[in-house]
Amino acid sequence: MAIVRSLRGIGKRVINAVWRTGYGARFFLMTLFYSGMSFRRFRLTVREMFFSGVMSLIIILVAGMFVGMVLGLQGYETLKRYGSESALGSLVALSLVRELGPVLAALLFASRAGSAMTAEIGLMKATEQIDAMELMAVNPIARVVAPRFWAGVISMPLLAAMFSAMGVFGGYVVGVVLIGVDEGSFWSQMQSAVDFQHDVLNGVIKSFVFGVAVTVISLFEGYDAPPTAEGVSGATTRTVVQSSLVILMLDFILTAFMFRGD
Amino acid sequence: MERTTLDLWVGAFVVAGIAALVVLALKVGNLSTYNVSDTYQLQAHFTNVGGLKPTASIRSAGVLVGRVTSIVLDTDRYEAKVTMSIDKRYQFPKDTFANILTSGLLGEQYIGLIPGGDDKMLQNGDEFKKTQSAVVLEDLIGKFLYNSTDSKK
Repeated sequence: MAIVRSLRGIGKRVINAVWRTGYGARFFLMTLFYSGMSFRRFRLTVREMFFSGVMSLIIILVAGMFVGMVLGLQGYETLKRYGSESALGSLVALSLVRELGPVLAALLFASRAGSAMTAEIGLMKATEQIDAMELMAVNPIARVVAPRFWAGVISMPLLAAMFSAMGVFGGYVVGVVLIGVDEGSFWSQMQSAVDFQHDVLNGVIKSFVFGVAVTVISLFEGYDAPPTAEGVSGATTRTVVQSSLVILMLDFILTAFMFRGD
Repeated sequence: MERTTLDLWVGAFVVAGIAALVVLALKVGNLSTYNVSDTYQLQAHFTNVGGLKPTASIRSAGVLVGRVTSIVLDTDRYEAKVTMSIDKRYQFPKDTFANILTSGLLGEQYIGLIPGGDDKMLQNGDEFKKTQSAVVLEDLIGKFLYNSTDSKK
């Protein structure tokens, strides 16, 4: 009997996961369908950009600075063995622009802004604000979800770009100012190694895709949260866990497409 | 429409984000080093281009004078045909030597131009007659080993 019960439990979980995937996909399409309001009343989107973008700025800039500084230090120690310290610039810039900028900015964005979005919408549901909107014939997807979605999608590439720029600056501070790598070769090696279309633009595309994924997961988890304190806290946790995993998975897929055959 | 401090913050955020992208494009990427001044095209045939890539730099006396625009295999001669665009400000004699060189031990490959003494200058569409291919390390080691075993006999 115990085997039957555990099998039944597994089956239930699988069906639940498939059901949630389908519901999530429908939610995403509905968000796109009702996006009109977030552009007609752009003020709503701007307001959400303040909460998801501007409020994440500090953590993004500080983290970017430190990641760049660590890269500068670690890269210098490794490159010194081969006597090619001058390649430090290209190492710092390539790893930031291609990988670390988009991925780390998205992870921080998921835990800073994504979880806040989930909690906010979950709480709106728990306090029956969403139901009230539906009673007043206001579509909650158009009024609440779509502006947050577009705010996140617009903010994410900007945050990733600032993260990378700040990281390059951090690498410069450690490599050139503190350790004393030649400044000219730092920048010139960087510029000859980084290609605008191949590296910078692909990084922007990556962060755009991450932005879509993180905001959809955050909004869906909030919208689908059980309207209790426990439900909202569980949804917030799920947002961070799922977004982080999805970011890393998407990163692998996108990297395989973009940088194959180099 | 009334203006709010919130708009100001979001505006500053967007401006800072775009500025970061511009910095990445100009300072980190090589967008600024693409030649915007007038250029003319020259060609050269090499038996082996090694790791030379399009957008590789062309230098004369260490100064950047142009960039490689394309590398194709010329099936008439079975040699690599390299097309390069050179800054109009710089003119080179007809007997200029074009060598594929490497910057540093781990650096990128580039084309170094060593001017000759001809009175006539290379014109748009002309070809370098004297070229030297990239040094392939395996060949070099092979020659060295071959020579050293030869001399022992």
